[in-house]
Amino acid sequence: MRLNCPHCGERSLEEFTYRGDATLRRPAADASAKSWVDYVYLRDNPAGRHEEYWYHGAGCRAWLVVDRDTTTHRVHSVRAAGSTSENTRLNHEHA
Amino acid sequence: MNTHKFMQDHAPLPMTSPTQPMRMIQGNGVDVGKTIHFTFDGRSYTAHPGDTLASALLANGVRLVGRSFKYHRPRGILSAGPEEPNALVELRTGARREPNTRATVAELFDGLTASSQNRWPTLAFDALGINGALSPVFTAGFYYKTFMWPASFWEKIYEPIIRRAAGLGRAAEEADPDCYEKSNGFCDVLIVGSGPAGLAAALAAATSGARVILCEQDSLPGGRLRAENILIDHQPGWNWAEATINRLRAMPNVRIMTRSCVFARYDGGTYGVFERVSDHLATPQPDQPRQRLWRIVARQCIVATGGIERPIVFPNNDRPGIMLAGAVRTYVNRFGVVPGRRAVVYTNNDDGLRSATDLHAAGVQIVAIVDSRPSSAHAQAIAQRTGAPLFPSARIADTSGYRGVTAALIRDSEGKDCRIACDLIAVSGGWNPDIALTTHHGKRPSYNDEIAAFIPTSDEEDMHVSGVAAGTMTTSGALTEGALAGHQAAACCGFGKASSPPPAVPSVDQDESYGIVPQWHAMDAESGRRAGRAFIDFQNDVTAKDTKLAAQEGFRSVEHLKRYTTLGMATDQGKTANVNGLAFLAEVNGQSIPQTGTTLTRPPTQPVTLGTLAGPHRGLHFKPHRLPPTHQWATEQGAVFTANGLWQRAQWYPRVGETTWQDTVNREVNTVRSAVGFCDVTTLGKIDIQGPDAANFLERVYVNAWQKLPIGRARYGLMLREDGFAFDDGTTARLGENHYVMTTTTANAGPVMQHLEFCHQCLWPDMDVQFISVTDEWAQIAVAGPRSRDVLRQIVDPQYDLSNESFGYMAAATITVCGGQPARLFRLSFSGELAYELAVPAHYGDALARLLMRVGAPYGITPYGTEALGVMRIEKGHPAGPELNGQTTAHDLGMGRMLSTKKDFIGRTMATRAALTDPGRPTLIGLRPLVAGTTLDAGAHLLPKGSPATAAFDQGWISSSAWSPTVGSWIALGFLSNGPARHGEIIAVHNPLADTVTEAEIVSPVFVDPEGKRLHA
Repeated sequence: MRLNCPHCGERSLEEFTYRGDATLRRPAADASAKSWVDYVYLRDNPAGRHEEYWYHGAGCRAWLVVDRDTTTHRVHSVRAAGSTSENTRLNHEHA
Repeated sequence: MNTHKFMQDHAPLPMTSPTQPMRMIQGNGVDVGKTIHFTFDGRSYTAHPGDTLASALLANGVRLVGRSFKYHRPRGILSAGPEEPNALVELRTGARREPNTRATVAELFDGLTASSQNRWPTLAFDALGINGALSPVFTAGFYYKTFMWPASFWEKIYEPIIRRAAGLGRAAEEADPDCYEKSNGFCDVLIVGSGPAGLAAALAAATSGARVILCEQDSLPGGRLRAENILIDHQPGWNWAEATINRLRAMPNVRIMTRSCVFARYDGGTYGVFERVSDHLATPQPDQPRQRLWRIVARQCIVATGGIERPIVFPNNDRPGIMLAGAVRTYVNRFGVVPGRRAVVYTNNDDGLRSATDLHAAGVQIVAIVDSRPSSAHAQAIAQRTGAPLFPSARIADTSGYRGVTAALIRDSEGKDCRIACDLIAVSGGWNPDIALTTHHGKRPSYNDEIAAFIPTSDEEDMHVSGVAAGTMTTSGALTEGALAGHQAAACCGFGKASSPPPAVPSVDQDESYGIVPQWHAMDAESGRRAGRAFIDFQNDVTAKDTKLAAQEGFRSVEHLKRYTTLGMATDQGKTANVNGLAFLAEVNGQSIPQTGTTLTRPPTQPVTLGTLAGPHRGLHFKPHRLPPTHQWATEQGAVFTANGLWQRAQWYPRVGETTWQDTVNREVNTVRSAVGFCDVTTLGKIDIQGPDAANFLERVYVNAWQKLPIGRARYGLMLREDGFAFDDGTTARLGENHYVMTTTTANAGPVMQHLEFCHQCLWPDMDVQFISVTDEWAQIAVAGPRSRDVLRQIVDPQYDLSNESFGYMAAATITVCGGQPARLFRLSFSGELAYELAVPAHYGDALARLLMRVGAPYGITPYGTEALGVMRIEKGHPAGPELNGQTTAHDLGMGRMLSTKKDFIGRTMATRAALTDPGRPTLIGLRPLVAGTTLDAGAHLLPKGSPATAAFDQGWISSSAWSPTVGSWIALGFLSNGPARHGEIIAVHNPLADTVTEAEIVSPVFVDPEGKRLHA
């Protein structure tokens, strides 16, 4: 399996570590117990496209959001997890 | 057929070697100018370079090469390729002995020693052939049925008997002396197979400019072109193949890899390739690996793997001398070897008839052509040309000959039997496209009635299948398809246009026909009970009867059939057996083959050695071997080392006169507590944290407060996981306004780094903070003991005041040492003594250790290892790995009050769950045995005194223990229900492994200097 890291280009699987669902959002500290249990313990196991976190530990150390089909293993897109603010800032600095 | 050209292609050998009576003509793949020697079962034979063990044995008239798995039936050579189920042998001797090697792919070298396996005492007379008589015992599911009762008999009686009777070869008993390599390859177009389709594809793709890798599992390119008499562009096919390979080799964008089997198709265009680098040599050249594992990344792949011929199932179809018709042609045309003198050809298709032609041309008498189809002009013409009687609409009803076939019983179209003496039966039940690679992503093949075989259905855009692998059964078709695939694959990679016409392909000077009419088996009602066994799977001795029995017992699914009968298992994975088994099952079930379905294949397509998969990662190189900066110096000191994760750390430093490690550790502890010692703590993770939001960030990852930590101070911090359990601990120092350096435990250096990056990038990407691991940049040495300040004063440049007033406990500073060398100094103490950690650039670590020894000598300095470090932290009640085991909470560690209630942090909400703060949870305590010398063992259970040692009374456990020379007793840390409230109570300590119960007093976990006077000194 290969992932196209937005910083490093296409790299092989062993440079990355899987974490899981990238669509979860950390609840507020005072959120209900149920929403915390959902966040910490409960995971969907979707068949089909899924956004998931991968860590490029043996590369740029970026956390990536990988849009991957769990049935075909096809990777539809890869982007940096913090891309919104991060890239904006980097682009700003470069400009 | 053009006879004139045929004869040119098959010039008789000038002189038949007397030692190779079956070598009749010049084969296209052997060099008869040179003779090499080998032994089989102790007998010497000759052969020629280019031979396989199988071709050399056949050349020497050796037909019997092995005994079958269950029944110990005599077996010969069935095939001429990797699909071989029967001819499994042991190669070489001593440390290089390798079992279960297929003689059909073992390239011969001078001096090869080979032996048969699974026979006792000899191959020709095998005492366990009696298993054949016991065959009712060994039917389908025999493992499950026969040895059911009593259960205790299994290990002691049944299994040893089965292992002895039904077995394969013996692995070497010594360590493998060879080395193995891993490599990576990248290309635009990967082509698997160098037959007509593969070569045409390679040529088309390469001329367009694409980077091409062509993998051929064989030592020679050409595939079936070496096995058939076929003219391409008016020259022998193998000649065209060699010329094409030479053309390709000359192109800079092409890499040809022979002896390289593409065994797996993984995700994202990644392929596993097994290269047999030096299997064909007696020993690898110096610095040459034995085998190499390639990972090839290809944008496009062309599968041109050809096909695998299948036998027809008939009674006693497993005798030596009964071979696949295509394999017979391989031996004749490629190796110049005839596998017999009187041949019967038995086929259900036109391709099989070629064997009659080729055998006849090589001087073999064709005694019968048995064609299961009605008579055709084509078959009649071949029968006439070879002078063979033709039996149309016929079958072979039985064979005879114990150690090799001596006769075939032919049942003609009217049911009349005719017994014909022969020593070779060439059988063709048709060809199965070799589709294994096309199914690795889960695409099921579909059954094609026209060729009576499964063909690939994959619609993946980066894979093309050409030639026989795609079900195209003619050479001209393979060439055309291959060229088109090569053209299109290159276009997909941006080389040339897919819409432009593909390159022209060479002409094939022969009309080829296939015309298969399936005859899966030759069984009928009469060939029922009295006839011999008809084998479907030779390697596993699975018969037609077993398959029928399995179906009758309800194992009607193809997956169940496989597991119940073992059909299709072991080294050949049923390459010659699976489709016949399916067809048989379909018939028994009264279903069609598509209704019956097929099993999918998984990688590897062929056996891959464990050595190759391991590559260089064995012994010392099994995992990274990290050495702290003082390692060389510690080695000179005679230190004893221990593995701490990937790190090798000094465990203790023995001195002359110390007889046990305990003496050494006691001395090291006593020296630190009374004078001064030092210990390399470089292995602790060090993370540099910078940015305006650094303090805010620390607030969110640690449980305690960080906003008010002044510059020049360090603080202990505890991290939780989001589920509220303790994750890691360590100190973080503030070196500047926006600059912190965090330490982690040795084990968690990587995971904490990953965690911080996650928290930043995924949870709080707007925070302006950055991290970098500096573990390897700094050598960090703990200097501990009442005289540590005196020692450091010898090193630290004089402008830095080390007095307690200006550099007190938990101080941190960037300083210089030795006259201006940069360093960092932290007043931290894991030992509980006055102590410092001094960090210098990593390459000065060795020098620092040597310097400390010198300047510390007047103060009685000693280096100490991880053992003394551990004793002192237990004496001080500091948690470490055994306490931070992923199951303990801040509350359990006695740090519940550290949890800030004024901020959010990772784990905060979940840590407040009632069950995680319940005082009844096992909580950190200290233990002292009632008798000082009584050992306390980590892992022991804690029970109320006098209660039975059962789980119902279990209240906790010991996590760490040590002999404390300071206390003069064994001491331990542990977790006990309601622990802190029970100081002073006597409790039972149960070690179920040693079956002991001792008593200990519950005490504070801080055994030494509970007021902390020493570390503030």
